[in-house]
Amino acid sequence: MAWDSRNETIHSMTRRTAMLLPALALGSHALAQGTGPSDKPQRGGTLSYAVTAEPPTYDLHQTATFAVMHRLSPHYSTLLAYEPGKYPNIIGDLAQSWTISPDLLTYTFKLHPNIKFHDGTALTAEDVRVSYERLRNPPKGVSSFRQPSFTQIKSIETPDALTIVFKMVKVDASIMDTFASPWNSIFSAEKLKADPSYPVKTVMGSGPFKFVEHVAGSHWVGERFNDYFKAGKPYLDGFRAITMTPSAMVNAMAGKQIMAEFRGFTPNERDRIVKALGPDAQTHESPWMLHMLMNFNCEKKPFDDPRVRRAISLALDRWGGSANLSKVSQLGAVGGLVRPGSKWAATEAEMVQWPGYGRDMAANRAEAKRLLKEAGYENLSFTLINRNQQPYITTGVFIIDQLRQIGVKVEDKQVEIAAWYSAQTSGNFEALLDSFTQFSDDPTNVLVKYISTDRAPDVAIQRAIDRELDSLFDRQAEMVDPAERKKLVRQFENRLLDQAYAIPILWWQRIVVMESRVQGWTMSPTHMIYQDLADIWLK
Amino acid sequence: MAMLNRVLKNVVLFCRLQPLGALGLLIILVMATCAVFAEQVTFYNPEAVDFGAMLSGPSADHPFGTDSFGRDIFTRIVYGARTALTIGFLSSMIGCHIGAAIGIASAFHGGWIDLLLQRFIDIILSFPIVVLALVVVAVMGKTLVLGIDLNLVFAIAIPIIPRSCRVIRAATLSIRTQPYVDAARAGGYSTVYILLRYIAPNVIAPFLVLLTAYIAQAILLEASLSFLGLGVSEPKPAWGLMLAGDSANFYNEAPWMILFPGLAISLSVFAFNLFGDSLRDWLDPKYRN
Amino acid sequence: MIRYALNRIALMIPTLLGIALITFVMIRIVPGDVVELKMRSDGGRVTQQQINDERTRLGLDKPLPEQFYLWMKGLVTFDFGHSMWTGRPVAQEIGGRIGLSIQVAIMAALVAVLIAVPLGTIAALFRDTPIDYLIRIITIAGLAVPSFWLGMIIILVLLTFFKWSPPVIYVSILEDPVKNLSQLIWPSLAVGYRYAAVVARMIRSSIIEVMQEDYIRTARAKGVGEFMVVFKHAMRNALLPAITIIGLEFAFLIGGLVVTEQVFNLNGIGRLFVDAVIRNDFILIQTIVFLLAIIFVSVNLIVDLIYGFLDPRTRM
Repeated sequence: MAWDSRNETIHSMTRRTAMLLPALALGSHALAQGTGPSDKPQRGGTLSYAVTAEPPTYDLHQTATFAVMHRLSPHYSTLLAYEPGKYPNIIGDLAQSWTISPDLLTYTFKLHPNIKFHDGTALTAEDVRVSYERLRNPPKGVSSFRQPSFTQIKSIETPDALTIVFKMVKVDASIMDTFASPWNSIFSAEKLKADPSYPVKTVMGSGPFKFVEHVAGSHWVGERFNDYFKAGKPYLDGFRAITMTPSAMVNAMAGKQIMAEFRGFTPNERDRIVKALGPDAQTHESPWMLHMLMNFNCEKKPFDDPRVRRAISLALDRWGGSANLSKVSQLGAVGGLVRPGSKWAATEAEMVQWPGYGRDMAANRAEAKRLLKEAGYENLSFTLINRNQQPYITTGVFIIDQLRQIGVKVEDKQVEIAAWYSAQTSGNFEALLDSFTQFSDDPTNVLVKYISTDRAPDVAIQRAIDRELDSLFDRQAEMVDPAERKKLVRQFENRLLDQAYAIPILWWQRIVVMESRVQGWTMSPTHMIYQDLADIWLK
Repeated sequence: MAMLNRVLKNVVLFCRLQPLGALGLLIILVMATCAVFAEQVTFYNPEAVDFGAMLSGPSADHPFGTDSFGRDIFTRIVYGARTALTIGFLSSMIGCHIGAAIGIASAFHGGWIDLLLQRFIDIILSFPIVVLALVVVAVMGKTLVLGIDLNLVFAIAIPIIPRSCRVIRAATLSIRTQPYVDAARAGGYSTVYILLRYIAPNVIAPFLVLLTAYIAQAILLEASLSFLGLGVSEPKPAWGLMLAGDSANFYNEAPWMILFPGLAISLSVFAFNLFGDSLRDWLDPKYRN
Repeated sequence: MIRYALNRIALMIPTLLGIALITFVMIRIVPGDVVELKMRSDGGRVTQQQINDERTRLGLDKPLPEQFYLWMKGLVTFDFGHSMWTGRPVAQEIGGRIGLSIQVAIMAALVAVLIAVPLGTIAALFRDTPIDYLIRIITIAGLAVPSFWLGMIIILVLLTFFKWSPPVIYVSILEDPVKNLSQLIWPSLAVGYRYAAVVARMIRSSIIEVMQEDYIRTARAKGVGEFMVVFKHAMRNALLPAITIIGLEFAFLIGGLVVTEQVFNLNGIGRLFVDAVIRNDFILIQTIVFLLAIIFVSVNLIVDLIYGFLDPRTRM
């Protein structure tokens, strides 16, 4: 491959430059990778990695798919960012420093001086302001995908070219995550004025890499932006994102045709690559900020009866499923409503108290059968609306088999995404398999999926009203003390799992495999962050 | 009794003259028997997950091994035969019958109706089979009746219609122009009478050949669609589906996952083709001597 | 001859129009469209208003006859519209991929003809002998083995016995012929086997038929050697129907690639089509289906013209 020969020469030529880098930033990345601090980043080389899907747009504001993030992130900057190697710590990206007023209602950011866009123009506070205005109040023809996360912003002001001030309507505990969100990229104000949709088809940002070309269905190429505002970065000469199917990805990794894939592999895909690459492979694992859940339609028979819902939850052998499905699919840990492994998560001792989380499956199944009998649904059969892709299909196979064991018959109806959404909005379903993802662990972000439907009709689709649950949700959202907040989160989970309007099944496991020479990349519970490739270098 | 004797004699004669066809017929019969008595010839539930037996190789317990859910592959292949034969037979029946009806009507009527219908058939014929079925399946979604996806059956039947129509039209045309048919018409016999008395016996042979040939095509098409994720869906056992998605990821650990379902598809299509081929030779007077 | 050709070409127009209309109507029955998939996949949350706006932007809210008219108008001016998923021109989407599919199709056709002609001829000459039976079994098996499964088996064999898997990243044949061929020869074999089987069967039966014709008997009676009978007289006439089948199957080959391309991760027209179907990308689906139909009709036309050229009787 082309990069092989090029790597040799550039790498020796630029070693001196690499030594000039600030030692602090260097050490933390190297440590995070588990390599010795003596491993200094080397400049040069082209990173090749796979992305399974084609990007539907180039505009990060108007999409939610990783297919866009994994190609566009290297081309753009954000106001803040998650600190490499120290997730979920937040540091500045374009912002050099910032102050927050004690009442949490004013956020003032100072930008780095000398930030340049790829076309050579300067990036100023005005570009940030216009980009955020586009996000919270999109012009006609633009749809901002995460518009609700900006509702608490009252005004955005730019007292001078390097200062930007956000004034809030109300305290928003998640606002720092919004500023650090990889989706909230900064576009050129001047270009947006000429065409508010320019980012849809043109790539022009201030990120570490300049756009070179995109050949549909084949590849996407970026090259180093020499005027990138962070001194010495990026290390790579460029990157090449190659489009391929998951099974081809595994063969390509095993054959060293690509160096990495950043979304995630299944365990056996991981094993195949590791077997082929031997010591040349490195793997990273973490519970994913993503879980499967089953929504019941609580307005309709038979699931208007909490006993029936609880019986279904009781019949699922989550521990067995986790131990075994994790060998063949992306499904992983058992967890409640917040990500297992996060600071909000319940301990195992707390979990086994919940219905359906107890370790004694015989007892669980007996109780489930008793509940069904009591409710008058001994020969229950229902249709589960499911999506026609993995790991939904695997989860469906698992659920059907589990429920068969308590005599419940399930028809697994796998549909296209449009039909799946229309079932949600019309309420034309009995039970619906779903997944939920956020890019931060903040409980407000996550629990919203389970509150009363009238409070969050777009997300909470189980069609139940439970004011007790809502009040717990509101109380935790305002609670500043983390320990107290955690207690409220537990109470919320207890109440929800007891009523079982919607039940978590299993969390996903993120498994990333790459060649060992890829250095400086950070693993995190979401595949949407740490993808600007500025810190990556090749050994 | 005499009737039975005649049938038996014919069967024996067919087997003697067309040994390959007889082999095909035998395979079909074995498969059909397995499909009907699936519960009796297997020891597992085709949808039962067994975590203890995930990805285990062929053994006495699991002659064809198990898949990534620990489901018995032999069992799933036997039940898969039920899926394949049902969908194959139904699609071919529907497609060939509709096609034959249009073909006979078109040939018998002649004139502008014939011209118009044939143009239309031309158009449908210019869509590649898989492409047409794919679009139809995507358009219609799923309608399950007794566990069979009727829309899938229909999607597979549609590309068969114009092909069956062509053949039957040609066969009808060759009879229609015979002097004795003209005589019957002149004699005032009704269309229905002529159809039943003269046309039907003469198109029955090509029709039977078509029917067998298209069962093979339909099985292949169902497997292709299921492989693409647009046909039968999990956890129902279907051969194409067993090859889809995950199974390609187990090339190393569990090659039996892709070996046996593919063999099942090939063997069944092979059998129908073999039988259909011999049936044609046997029924075709030109080859009979 | 020229009049015959022009006549045939003129006849194509209503056929193509019919194809366009059927394709268009068929796709538009789909419930839901590309917009929802585009905006809601991977956890995106959007309002109905946003969905409606995007529909308006893509022109999906226009009445169907108007949408059809716009498509037809575009076709005439070679403007095929833009993919609803990626927003790029359809011509660009297809143009970047069709080369690969055509290369595989041509290679498969070559493989097929090289195998089929000798196989079919031998089977015909040794009719009803064990050799014929063996060839018949091989060819019938060719029709039975799904090409996607054959592809999987090829990969399995390469992986198990040679510890090697074909490259998955496409390079053009002009850039690196070795790498290109080491990637594309396998799908060509997988698809070509079926193709070879069809052609071989055709050749067998037409040779058998030709051998019973009077002029063959005459030639034999005149004492022409059996070798010359077969190769000079019989073959020439027997190849005529084979040309038809080679033409017909070639167009179907591209359709059959739809499935096999998935197995080999080929970024061809088939993969593009399956993706378009899954995403309800109407504009892309209708253009690809139409394109395949045009290929089919054109190949048929060429076959007819060749036929007409070789056999003047058909021009009537």
